[in-house]
Parts: sequence; structure tokens; C-alpha cells
Amino acid sequence: MDPINIEGTPKTPTVNFSSDSGVLEIKGRSIPENAVEFYKPLVDWIGSYGDSAQSNTEVNIQLEYFNTSSSKCILDVFKKLESVNGKTNITINWHYEEDDEDMLEAGEDYQAIINIPFKMIEMEEM
Amino acid sequence: MTPSGVMIDFHGEINEEKLSSILSDAETKLEENEENFKKSRKVYNILVESLQNLFHHSDAFGDAELMDGIKKRTTSFILAKKDEEYNILAANFIEMANINPLKGRLDKVNGLDKEGLRNLYKEVLDNGQYSVHGGGGLGMIDIARKSGNKLDYTFAEVNDDYGLFILKIKV
Repeated sequence: MDPINIEGTPKTPTVNFSSDSGVLEIKGRSIPENAVEFYKPLVDWIGSYGDSAQSNTEVNIQLEYFNTSSSKCILDVFKKLESVNGKTNITINWHYEEDDEDMLEAGEDYQAIINIPFKMIEMEEM
Repeated sequence: MTPSGVMIDFHGEINEEKLSSILSDAETKLEENEENFKKSRKVYNILVESLQNLFHHSDAFGDAELMDGIKKRTTSFILAKKDEEYNILAANFIEMANINPLKGRLDKVNGLDKEGLRNLYKEVLDNGQYSVHGGGGLGMIDIARKSGNKLDYTFAEVNDDYGLFILKIKV
């Protein structure tokens, strides 16, 4: 299936989803006024990916900022991943910058809701 | 930054373009004036949330006028720094009928401690309800959680149908 490659903007993240490598990446900032529009194609892609998934899937989330309009959409991405988790072994790597407790807590909040292993990865600089 | 510490001082009809320019202006000023990266990130996050909140509520009024020459979507937004503390003021018009429900939500948020806010956030995050713009009631909880302070708010009566909602956030 076709990959998703979206360049980041000041309000939306860089997205690289590849079914060939089984690596899904969302990076940068996610502060659009309306996040639903941006995230829907990503959620749909994951649904289709489930039918031809690699045996292992690595999800890298590396966000500097996200607004509450994005919060529920990011949860939707994780829930969709949860729904295909039987067909592929998924790991979610949640990156946060050193000392950014708000971003660490945000990752822990998703971890508490989603039944997929999360790795919290502290980075010196993103 | 002015000697009084005012970094952003906006008064007028907000739209998407103005929102973006205020945000980028604020980001530049925070980079110049705040050495503490953690604080700068926190303040920017809260700015995004409070400005987008203003925008969504005001945008819903369209071009309707409240009184002669003043549109309902007129807002005020101020960011000022004093010593190590940031103060944000956001003001927008609101229908009288919406005041009590909003007051109820704010008082609920203000009644919670750090852990309580985190639990409420998770509960609302996972309740499956979406507002038009997606946030579904997370905004005020997020602002309170990140600022670590109570939401200081007032309502002023404008006429029989409308009030002015003023929110002050300390970070």
C-alpha cells in the first residue's frame, strides 16, 4: 500500500507511515485549529495497514507541542493501532525532551488508556 | 517587550490569520525573553489553547454585531511577564444562556487538585465525544493542569442577552 509522507508545517506534524518498513512516525508540532481533518486519513491508513502489516510495527511519536484539538485525534490513532495489534506486534515509542514533564505526563496518560506497550524515551534535544 | 512587560496586546476581531500571526509573534518573543525552556514551552502551550479557545467561540458568531460598530467576535488578548511570572488575559463575548454552564465547568476544574485534574483530563479524553473542532471540553482542563494555578475568571453584563467573559491565567 502507498506510504503517507506529509511535510511538517508550523501547525501540523511531519508524518511518515510506511507499510514496507512497518515504521510509523509523527514528529514536530500538532496545533491546528481543527485536527480532525488532519488525522482522519492517518487513522484510515492504519485500518488498511492491518490487513497487510509487517510482523513488527514501530510507532514513533516525537511531538514538541500538541493542542487539545489534537489530543483526541492522537488517541484515535492509538485506538486504531490497538485494533490491529493482533495482526502485528506494535511498540509505541513516546519521545519527550529532557525536563518536559508535561509531554512525559501526556504520554503516560495515553499509556494508561491504550493496551499497547509504550516506551518513554527521553531525548536531550529534539 | 515594553517596560511594563507586555508582550502581546491584541484587541479586535479575531480570525484564523490573526490567530496565526499572534502565535508566531508570541513564539519569537518567548524565545527572546525566556531562558527557561520548560517555562517557555508551558507558556506557549497555554497560549495556543487559550487563543484557539477564543477563536472558536468568537468565530461561531460570524459577522453579527453586538452593538453599533462592535462585532460579537471582538476579543481581547494580553500576555505580560512580570518578574518570573506570566499573566494571560483573554476576553470574549458570550451569550447569557451559556454563562452558567461555563461557570459550572470552570468551578469543577478549580475544585480539583493536580491528580484530580489529571484524572478528569483522562476521563474527558476517552469519553468518545467530540466538539466541532475536536477538543471536546479538554481546553480548560489542560490550561489549569499546565499552569498549575486556579482559573481566575469573571463575567460582566453587556446587555440582556450578552456578557463579557474574562479569563486570567497565571503561569
